[in-house]
Amino acid sequence: MSTPDWAALRADFPTLHQDVNGKALVYLDSAATAQKPRVVLDALQDFYLNHNANVHRGLHALSMRATDSYEAARLRTAKFVGAADPAEIVFTRGTTESINLVASSWGAANLKKGDVVLITEMEHHSNLVPWQQIALRTGATLRYVPVVGSDAELGLDLDALDRLLTPEVKLFAFGHGSNTLGIVNDAADLCARARKVGAITVVDAAQTIGHQPVDVRAIGCDFLAFSGHKMAGPTGIGGLYGRKALLDAMPPYQLGGGMISVVDFFETKFKPSPERFEAGTPNVADAVALVAAMDYLDAVGREAIAAHDRELAAYAATALAELPGIRILGPRPGQPRAGLVSFALKDAHAHDVVTFADQDGIALRGGHHCNQPLMKKLGLPSSTRASFYLYNTREEVDRLIVSLRRIVKFFSGV
Amino acid sequence: MSDLTDLYQQVILDHNRRPRNRGKLPTANRVAHGDNPTCGDQCSVYIRLEGDRIAEIGFDGSGCAISQASASLMTTQLKGKTAAEAQALFDNFHHIVTTGEAPEEISDVAAFAGVHSFPARIKCATLGWHAALNALKSEPTDASTE
Ligand SMILES: Cc1ncc(COP(=O)(O)O)c(C=O)c1O
Repeated sequence: MSTPDWAALRADFPTLHQDVNGKALVYLDSAATAQKPRVVLDALQDFYLNHNANVHRGLHALSMRATDSYEAARLRTAKFVGAADPAEIVFTRGTTESINLVASSWGAANLKKGDVVLITEMEHHSNLVPWQQIALRTGATLRYVPVVGSDAELGLDLDALDRLLTPEVKLFAFGHGSNTLGIVNDAADLCARARKVGAITVVDAAQTIGHQPVDVRAIGCDFLAFSGHKMAGPTGIGGLYGRKALLDAMPPYQLGGGMISVVDFFETKFKPSPERFEAGTPNVADAVALVAAMDYLDAVGREAIAAHDRELAAYAATALAELPGIRILGPRPGQPRAGLVSFALKDAHAHDVVTFADQDGIALRGGHHCNQPLMKKLGLPSSTRASFYLYNTREEVDRLIVSLRRIVKFFSGV
Repeated sequence: MSDLTDLYQQVILDHNRRPRNRGKLPTANRVAHGDNPTCGDQCSVYIRLEGDRIAEIGFDGSGCAISQASASLMTTQLKGKTAAEAQALFDNFHHIVTTGEAPEEISDVAAFAGVHSFPARIKCATLGWHAALNALKSEPTDASTE
């Protein structure tokens, strides 16, 4: 495998080439949403300019073309995540909707009092609130696998996980990559442990899908949720992988056109999955543009992207450690770091840091990162996050460090 | 960073580093809590109302320099005031942070005029004020159980 020409790839992302507050933009917020290469924007435009029609209902040329493209996108997505059957891919708005689909459909049909839903303390609100609420509605008990360790050695308590995995656990949902801690969990290991007690597994792959190879068969999960916009694709499209047998046994999530086979005035027969879960006109254009993103990432190579992002994050973590009074969050030694670093400065609150960095043209994220309970546990009201993608460079990290030095100086008053 | 030094005037940095009236008031009979869900900033305001005047006021919470300094300055402004006077002071403060028009006379609140160029931060500047006004509107609490 030849090393990609990273500098040349950077030129593929038009949004990056602009000034912000008079300085060249340094975009370090890809964990929130990634920038898009021109091929994705072109695919989106090409669909609307040349092929736009509704799918699955028309018999005319454009409609058939749109339907073919939409189903080709499903096939491509199945291949991208390693699913054997394209019918195991449901298109959704993204990770949040995918998890809500499983919680409301599978959860409402299968959970009852006495059952346990197990999640972890490092979950994004998207993989926490749906389980919390479905547990409240069904009478199931919600339990958490603790996050343990000091700032720079954080991780799931695997002994506690094994103790918590009792036969009452019907479902175990966890994040593959944490958007706050920069930890990548060993999804295959976690699923194997859960399978021993017969629990259904749900993997939130929002942070890993565009950054490393993700293969549902290698992981051995029952469901996997992801968002297109975090993998250089458009917003408004994402997916849910679900094992076919499970999907086919689940009741519909939303009701309407596109998901029915026979409708009578007083009863309806539903289509099998995946159509059963795609009520209404689907997001055809974004699904088609998502294909361009997947092709782009695979052409660069997901292993290469993972190595690049992690190298930058490690470089950043080492440089950040030099700043006085800094707390850096991260995984235990030996566990992979996602392409991001979260940190807190003693004298400057995350929001002040983000405002100052923005004046230097640097886009960071500051706050609780949709992870309020975890931040509370770590004793951090907020943290600042720099996240990296294939288009970021060491020079950009250097600019971040210069900016942060100035911020520390300003707020500590020395 | 000229815009920013405007925003983070000495007054703000000073209140952020050495907040006034920080801490829970055991004698408070009016309490309210405010938070800013987008950033996680939090502020609780404790007031002891005597007759219709604020006899004592304190705050605690966590947040950015703007929110903490603003809450601190707010407590120094509201002590001894009635609810109506507090509302008028807030209206004045709100005008400053949303328009950038500082009053003629030199005052600490004028330091917050720079906030108006950073619309995302206006909510930070008004967090403590909103909590205080809500506390004044709230039902009396039993100070001993608070
Ligand atoms: C770990 C994780 N899960 C879920 C989500 C939610 O993704 P979306 O907003 O695209 O639905 C995010 C996005 O921030 C995330 O980082």
